[in-house]
Amino acid sequence: MALHADRPGPTSQPTSPRSTEPDDGHELAALARFARSDVDLDRAGLSRNLRTVAMIWRREMIRFWRNRTRLLTSFAQPLLYLFIFGAGLNRLVSRGATPVGVSFQKFLYPGVLAMVVLFSSIFSAISIVWDREFGFLREMLVAPVSRTSLVVGKALGGASTSALQAVVLLVLGPIIGVHLTVVKVLLLLPMLLLVAFAMTSIGVALAAGMASLESFQVVMQLVMMPMFFLSGAIYPVTGLPAWLSVLTRLDPLTYGVAPIRRLVLGDSVAGSIPIFGVHLGTAAQIAVITAIGVGSCGLAVHRFRQSN
Amino acid sequence: MGHAVRVEQLCKSFGDFDAVRGISFDVDAGETFGFLGPNGAGKSTTISMLCTLARPTRGDAWVAGRHIVDERDAVRRRIGLVFQDPTLDDLLTAEENLIFHAVLYGVPGAEVRPRMDAVLDLVGLADRRNDLVRTFSGGMKRRLEIARGLLHSPRVLFLDEPTVGLDPQTRSHIWQYVTRLKDEQDITLFLTTHYMDEAEYCDRIAIIDNGTIVALDTPANLKASVGADTVIVNTSDDATAARQLRERLGIEATATGEGLRILVANGQAFVPRLFGGAIDPTVRTVTVHRPSLDDVFFKYAGRAIRDAQVGAGDRLRASPMMRGFGAGRR
Repeated sequence: MALHADRPGPTSQPTSPRSTEPDDGHELAALARFARSDVDLDRAGLSRNLRTVAMIWRREMIRFWRNRTRLLTSFAQPLLYLFIFGAGLNRLVSRGATPVGVSFQKFLYPGVLAMVVLFSSIFSAISIVWDREFGFLREMLVAPVSRTSLVVGKALGGASTSALQAVVLLVLGPIIGVHLTVVKVLLLLPMLLLVAFAMTSIGVALAAGMASLESFQVVMQLVMMPMFFLSGAIYPVTGLPAWLSVLTRLDPLTYGVAPIRRLVLGDSVAGSIPIFGVHLGTAAQIAVITAIGVGSCGLAVHRFRQSN
Repeated sequence: MGHAVRVEQLCKSFGDFDAVRGISFDVDAGETFGFLGPNGAGKSTTISMLCTLARPTRGDAWVAGRHIVDERDAVRRRIGLVFQDPTLDDLLTAEENLIFHAVLYGVPGAEVRPRMDAVLDLVGLADRRNDLVRTFSGGMKRRLEIARGLLHSPRVLFLDEPTVGLDPQTRSHIWQYVTRLKDEQDITLFLTTHYMDEAEYCDRIAIIDNGTIVALDTPANLKASVGADTVIVNTSDDATAARQLRERLGIEATATGEGLRILVANGQAFVPRLFGGAIDPTVRTVTVHRPSLDDVFFKYAGRAIRDAQVGAGDRLRASPMMRGFGAGRR
């Protein structure tokens, strides 16, 4: 974009910075000394887009931090799943032993981490609809910045806040007997961030063309909940009836739950995901979830360009 | 360059509805230019096109010397916008909103703080800079939007109905800031309004009605062009009164919501004739006033701006945008 503007060579249009214009007598306020020449104005490029991404990310973090009450209530749901739902079903599922060799509660734990990532990512992406409703989206859309930097900033910001919420839940691991080492936690951080990035990007792509707050409920019920139930967060995705098996393979979150579970519980519990006889290992799963994230970002950029 | 804004045969249609029908005009650098007209006349559509938010159906326009379609980002870097509806993040502080804007508009890091100080001083919000915007009143929010619109030193500042929805006192405050801006800054102001009294702050005014410019001149010249006093008469039988005025005195009267509207060279001298048997119906009230921009609008648009507003209200429900979408789906 505007490569020529980066190099204001001798052939470029002569410009006259206002500061050199003859003083016409009236007193200019402090602002006037900042007036910029055309060359400065059109000096666009990568650093400017990166600053935009960073600024949008920062705004997400500030808003996240200011909304601490919502933060606290967002922990209620995972606690319910882990300690009420998980502990209750623990007795039912083979007297505490799942086919994969750990208690149901332990099996559920990485699923709950993925659930938190999914829910908070979609919620933070949906805030675009609020931004549209309350006008701030317009401030972003009329700015002389690329749509890509807006979408990437939003996706990274939403991803960071939802990964943070999942990270806080790591303290619950030892309580239910999941052994977390420093190495595991350090590997989990980028993994959670990656899954959060993919989920937020999906949410941004959905929200990009959404005009009303009512559509939000639809997304909740028709996208978010099915994604959660089909992802393998609460049951293994192997040995299922064929129709259900196909649906789980279509769920992007499936490829996020499996590597998170493998990191948390070890190799024996969650391995590859068989698709039509091909076994997708952890590396392939990570590749799939990355592709989904990047692809959704691209779709979101496209939808923003169209709506403008 | 010379012109801050140059518009040539600009058109915008939404489906089969022509919101803007081939308007042309120039705005000089440093000028305060007003777009006056009822809601739905095409003001906002025109301003959206000039701000690169909407693509013209036909025609061309340049803002700060850059083409609004071919050099969209170059235009965006050179303009400031203050919208009718708030576009602030109210979970951020005033300062955070400004920093966000400065970064998106590529203001060099070292300049951000002194620029913020300057614009916050201008709108008198320096002491509230660290407060969350959600604690601000409507007038303070608008002032902050004006400050933000100026932060990146735009060549042209667009103000779309800058005082709509504000109480009279806040309105006059906003105008104080705008007038100061106009006096102290080397900036072109382009504003829309449907308040007549506000249009008087402009150097020149374009009166827009049904998507066309019906008049364009200085407020003084426009008022002079009306060239007569306006007398508004309320009688027991306006229809008869109007006919008798036409038949007996050769004066055309127009029925309006307020009564009969009559244009005469000397309004005060005309009033005694009304009571002296010129018309038979009983005269209930008479008002005489010197030409105002209301009269100007009436002269060029053929109806009072208030009446136009009512008509536009119906159109607004099937507003240009809505109609556009509707037509697209059909």
